[in-house]
Amino acid sequence: MEQKKTTDIGQEKVIEVKGLYKSFGNYDVLKGVDLDLHRRENLVVLGKSGTGKSVLIKILVGLLSPDEGEVKVLGQHVDQISYKQLLDLRLKVGFSFQNSALYDSMTVRQNLEFPLVRNQRKLTKGEVNQAVERVLDAVGLLQTINQMPSELSGGQRKRVGIARTLILQPEVMLYDEPTAGLDPITCLEINSLINEVQERFHTSSIVITHDLTCAKAVGNRVAMLLDGKFERQGTFEEVFNTSDERVKPFYDYNFIQ
Amino acid sequence: MDKTAETPAHIRKEVKTPGKLSRMFLSFYDVCQFVTRFFKEGFLPPYEGKELMRQCYDIGYRSLALISLTGFITGIVFTKQSRPSLAEFGATSWLPSLVGIALLRTLAPLLTSLIAAGKVGSSIGAELGSMRVTEQIDAMEVSATNPFKFLVTTRVLAATITIPILTFYTAMVGMLGALLNVSLFEDTSARAFFQMSLESITFLDITASTVKAILFGFTIGIVGCYQGYNSSKGTEGVGKAANSAVVIGMFLIFIEEIISVQFFSLFRT
Repeated sequence: MEQKKTTDIGQEKVIEVKGLYKSFGNYDVLKGVDLDLHRRENLVVLGKSGTGKSVLIKILVGLLSPDEGEVKVLGQHVDQISYKQLLDLRLKVGFSFQNSALYDSMTVRQNLEFPLVRNQRKLTKGEVNQAVERVLDAVGLLQTINQMPSELSGGQRKRVGIARTLILQPEVMLYDEPTAGLDPITCLEINSLINEVQERFHTSSIVITHDLTCAKAVGNRVAMLLDGKFERQGTFEEVFNTSDERVKPFYDYNFIQ
Repeated sequence: MDKTAETPAHIRKEVKTPGKLSRMFLSFYDVCQFVTRFFKEGFLPPYEGKELMRQCYDIGYRSLALISLTGFITGIVFTKQSRPSLAEFGATSWLPSLVGIALLRTLAPLLTSLIAAGKVGSSIGAELGSMRVTEQIDAMEVSATNPFKFLVTTRVLAATITIPILTFYTAMVGMLGALLNVSLFEDTSARAFFQMSLESITFLDITASTVKAILFGFTIGIVGCYQGYNSSKGTEGVGKAANSAVVIGMFLIFIEEIISVQFFSLFRT
């Protein structure tokens, strides 16, 4: 398994999170998270299930609101802007769901057309078709264009989900468990796709996962969420070159077992 | 790790589970917010005309078969059951008037709405509930589409527009059923039947029926959407949303029927 090579990461911060707290009832999930994402960087967020990884990226797109802290995405405070401004911001932030969340009553073509025709109402039918075919081709699934989501495999659904976010040409991509529930070969294909998206569409990305193979293959930087905070950040080696008992089992399970 | 040592005081909060009464008020507040949001977003651009037409087709056209059958049978049965009572007073000639008034004032709006609450309300509740638990509504949100406008306002408006049309259709089909029964047992021509029926119907009857049907349609749409849009807890939540959409929808329709009958009777005197 190859470590991802660092590309031309910019200095500009596209996401800035400071002192983020979030709790559900009496259960504190995030307890003072600080996070920066630079332009054209792929940041992998690792952590056990239930540690608040998905909660974090849902806060970044305004699906959940923070209890405390500052969340800036592309220079805008997500929790302080109007709903209209939030919708405009979401045009620039792609979100790939863990279960793909494809609209199951629509074909693949309609799934991809949906966000485009709603946000760019002046496009002609030809331009829409062209955009749909371009992103489907980018994820290697042009042949599925007239299929229903129920006819696709798990890996294909993930790819279509990613294509649906790419059609709006986002600056930032948020991937929620992109390889969860997939076989090892499909996982490798998804990892390559994430890297391809970064290179071809010049996106900055946050990848939520607990799959270390994915983390090593796609992450320019890795951050480990432990007890509601990012306690270890750096390259893959920097994060896992430790005797921390909270981190070691994670590595051992993925690479020894 | 000591949780309280890590968490600042302003974040450490004891969240008490609200009591039954508080939950009821919170739910009522949620519903009010939901209805307010419908009126706020339903009439502001951009309009989802194409989706509205699709929903009208779904709600209207696909309910036609069931409503036709029910309306027709109701017309036959109501006429058949009313005849002996009228015959006792030698007043069977009043049958067309009685059927016309009964169908238009109460039977058609109520029958149509109850069928729609079962068929349309449950379908809206289950569809939106399923979309909620599979994160399809969140997917719409993050792709910069307002899901409330696309999913809720279109369905509520479609139900509000379609139920009144279906109500008059039910009344018409019910009259045909009644005509069939009348023509089998009496020497009344179709022309005479319709003339007598329509003569007894006033403008107030038509207005009251229309207002009631609009109210019932809105209720079916808003209850189905509220239950589905706010569903949770996976597949169990979807089933619960569909079930609540029907039960609450029907309950509210009966309450509205009682109130509207009282209200319109003020104008009749």
